[in-house]
Amino acid sequence: MSAVISVAGTRRWSNWSYWLKRLQAHTLLWPVVTLLLILAVDASLNPGFWVLQWRDGHLYGSVIDILNRAAPLMLVALGMTLVIATRGIDISVGATVAISAAVAALMVGGTLVITDGVAQHVSRFPMGVAIVCALLTALACGLWNGVLVAKIGLQPIIATLILMVAGRGVAQLLTDGQIVTVYYPPYFFIGSGYLWGLPFALFIAAFVYLLMHLAVTRTALGLFIQAIGINPAAARLAGVRERLISICVYAFCGLTAGVAGLIISSNVKSADGNNAGNLLELDAILAVTLGGTLLTGGRFSLAGSLIGALIIQTLTSTIYSIGVPPEINLVVKAAVVFVVMLMQSAEFRRAVRGWVVRPSAGSPA
Amino acid sequence: MTIHNNHAGEEPVAPVLELSKVSKHFAGVQALGGVSLRLFAGEVHALMGQNGAGKSTLIKVLTGVYQADQGEMRLGGKRINARSPLDAQHLGISTVYQEVNLCPNLSVAENIFAGRYPRHGVGGAWGIDWARMHRESAEMLARLNLNIDVSQTLDSYSVAVQQMVSIARALSISAQVLILDEPTSSLDDEEVERLFVVLRQLRAQGMAILFVTHFLDQVYALSDRITVLRNGELVGEYPAAELGHTALIAAMVGREMLAPTAHAAGPQEGVGTQQPVVLQARGLARAGHVKPLDVTLHRGEVVGLGGLLGSGRTELARLLFGLDQSDAGELAVNGTTVTMDSPVQAIRLGLGLCPEDRKAEGIIGELSVRENIALALQARQGLWPCISRTQQAEMADYYVKTLGIKTHNIDTPIGQLSGGNQQKAVLGRWLATKPSLLILDEPTRGIDIAAKQEIMNEILVLAKEGMAVLFISSEMEEVARVSDRIVVMRDRAKVGELPGGTDDHAVYAMIAGQA
Repeated sequence: MSAVISVAGTRRWSNWSYWLKRLQAHTLLWPVVTLLLILAVDASLNPGFWVLQWRDGHLYGSVIDILNRAAPLMLVALGMTLVIATRGIDISVGATVAISAAVAALMVGGTLVITDGVAQHVSRFPMGVAIVCALLTALACGLWNGVLVAKIGLQPIIATLILMVAGRGVAQLLTDGQIVTVYYPPYFFIGSGYLWGLPFALFIAAFVYLLMHLAVTRTALGLFIQAIGINPAAARLAGVRERLISICVYAFCGLTAGVAGLIISSNVKSADGNNAGNLLELDAILAVTLGGTLLTGGRFSLAGSLIGALIIQTLTSTIYSIGVPPEINLVVKAAVVFVVMLMQSAEFRRAVRGWVVRPSAGSPA
Repeated sequence: MTIHNNHAGEEPVAPVLELSKVSKHFAGVQALGGVSLRLFAGEVHALMGQNGAGKSTLIKVLTGVYQADQGEMRLGGKRINARSPLDAQHLGISTVYQEVNLCPNLSVAENIFAGRYPRHGVGGAWGIDWARMHRESAEMLARLNLNIDVSQTLDSYSVAVQQMVSIARALSISAQVLILDEPTSSLDDEEVERLFVVLRQLRAQGMAILFVTHFLDQVYALSDRITVLRNGELVGEYPAAELGHTALIAAMVGREMLAPTAHAAGPQEGVGTQQPVVLQARGLARAGHVKPLDVTLHRGEVVGLGGLLGSGRTELARLLFGLDQSDAGELAVNGTTVTMDSPVQAIRLGLGLCPEDRKAEGIIGELSVRENIALALQARQGLWPCISRTQQAEMADYYVKTLGIKTHNIDTPIGQLSGGNQQKAVLGRWLATKPSLLILDEPTRGIDIAAKQEIMNEILVLAKEGMAVLFISSEMEEVARVSDRIVVMRDRAKVGELPGGTDDHAVYAMIAGQA
């Protein structure tokens, strides 16, 4: 009906309003607007914000730095998006990051050995084995959550709360309560290396995003996950393997947290069972929400979650770079997040429009 | 705005509630176009119309959920403008919705007084006056001939009782006008009669009652006056006594309807049973749900499952479809004994199930009509190969056309469709899987007559093409009309079988244990 009307109307006008409407309806509009606003604030406070430099074969600059730092959050947020889309939540990802980091750091270890006068770094286990083991551990963590939620039927927040609390304990047990330092430079490539001038961690995030994007668009996974999130009973009745898919989604979320753990531990060259990935679950949930995926499950946006992660990282970097006193930076962050959430609420925008523009008597609701 | 004039000669009394020329548009689509409605004190007024005729919109305007774009609403001669359901309630317009929307985990008394608990002390400073709340709740329910323990939680009572509680709540807010939106759709005959006794009593007390239903018999049993809507417009207002069955249906659909029959040339007994067996259950049972029973379904056969609410019909459907697991007996599909352990398994074996509760188990509300229709076929195929958007669209277009699904387009979220169209889309979802047996649990509940006929016609066509159908309905007349064979259930057990074409009274007789 509306298409008919727009064709019938003045073409120039209708095109305009058509595209405006399309744009307004686009789920990524508000996340992108928010990100651009924060970037604009950055650029105005710091004239050198957009400056990129080519040094030692790498790109340097604030933007690159933000992208690099955002990579772990992006990964965790991507995994979290699918969990939230199934109407679940995973608050154990921070603990999973710590476990994965601990396993990797312990297994890589690394010492400087001098053989025949040549100094050489030697890892405890081959690095590949260490990485695979760390990721398998993370996968097992996710699987554990998935089984608790889908098979045993615990509430997702309670089920993952178990690992959130216990996971940190496991990580500390693994590291003996110490910060395990890694002395094996090849491992550092994951978190601080560069490929084609860009941080390697970004390639990991991009690869995972691409993989997930293909999985949800080129297979029926996206449809099934949404169906489960909106109406699990109906999805089950229609023949969707609702439990299996839920378990897989939690397992995958664990895996992305594991990858994030590798990046974080590699970046700081150590694993701290107590602090690695601390409160990352909350940032991830926030990123997903900022990206336009509702916590009530169903429709989700992977790209939105990436943008959400960038918003959070940009905000964090901004707060540090403009010199907000450390004791109030959490308050500032909370205030900005609050405003952003208000901006994204359709209800709030409608209310604001009501205050600003007095509705004329005959206008439709 | 024109002011509606009463025909002083015919109706000397002014209406309690009067709507004149009310219009409502949604995104350019007209939901109501200049509809007028008059409600008099001491009458039951039936609001009739097919799905999408605008009944729900009209009620939502009346109750303040929507604001009318045009037109005016007068209560007791005074112009009113209900801005919210609460607002409407304060004005004296109370509504009981199709689905009981109270809190099942609170007590009956708490539900009745929710939001306005009686309190002790000055300004209610001393806490809740439980004794008074319980006493008054019990009194209110007693007025509706209901004597129950009001301190029990609401969900410990049947839907019928919950409905009564919801009426009691509506009445306790000093209503002048009571709106009942399909109050009987989940009640059995006895419960309906009980509700009607109460409504007649309220009518005698001078209440104006607006009643929406799809059951024609109930309209004539209860109402004094009928307003018919079609496509968002007023067809007319008639005294119930002067509008015959056929005339009413003609007014609703705008054309004469023919009832479908499986047996155009009389019952063809034995035809179905010569066909190969699609599904056979022997001694199939599940403790507490279904007692051991035998059921056989042949290719191209429509088997009706007769029985009252709670007779185990739905439970049997769930067993056959693998939603619940049987603990005794065996089940064979196409001659092979199977363990039906999940819907996935059932679908793989060529079964389909349109569930009883469309909203809770049928539709995926926020997904499009297209995705809803493609879902079961895609689920059977697994994650890969993925049915492309184009293929989904072709499928959806096909079923939208053949089943006559009224939707803006195939990308409209299915939740925005009317009940009948949602049901058709769920039916389309199963037909897309080309099932050899389709179980239909109350496929026509809460659906208008035209859609009901269309759905039944479609089912009969498919049966003719070789699909077996297990048809479950509370409307025994409908079961008797379309089935080749009727399996009758009572108290979770099969009591017997009747041939197709049997009079519905025979089914009732068998249920009552007289056959």
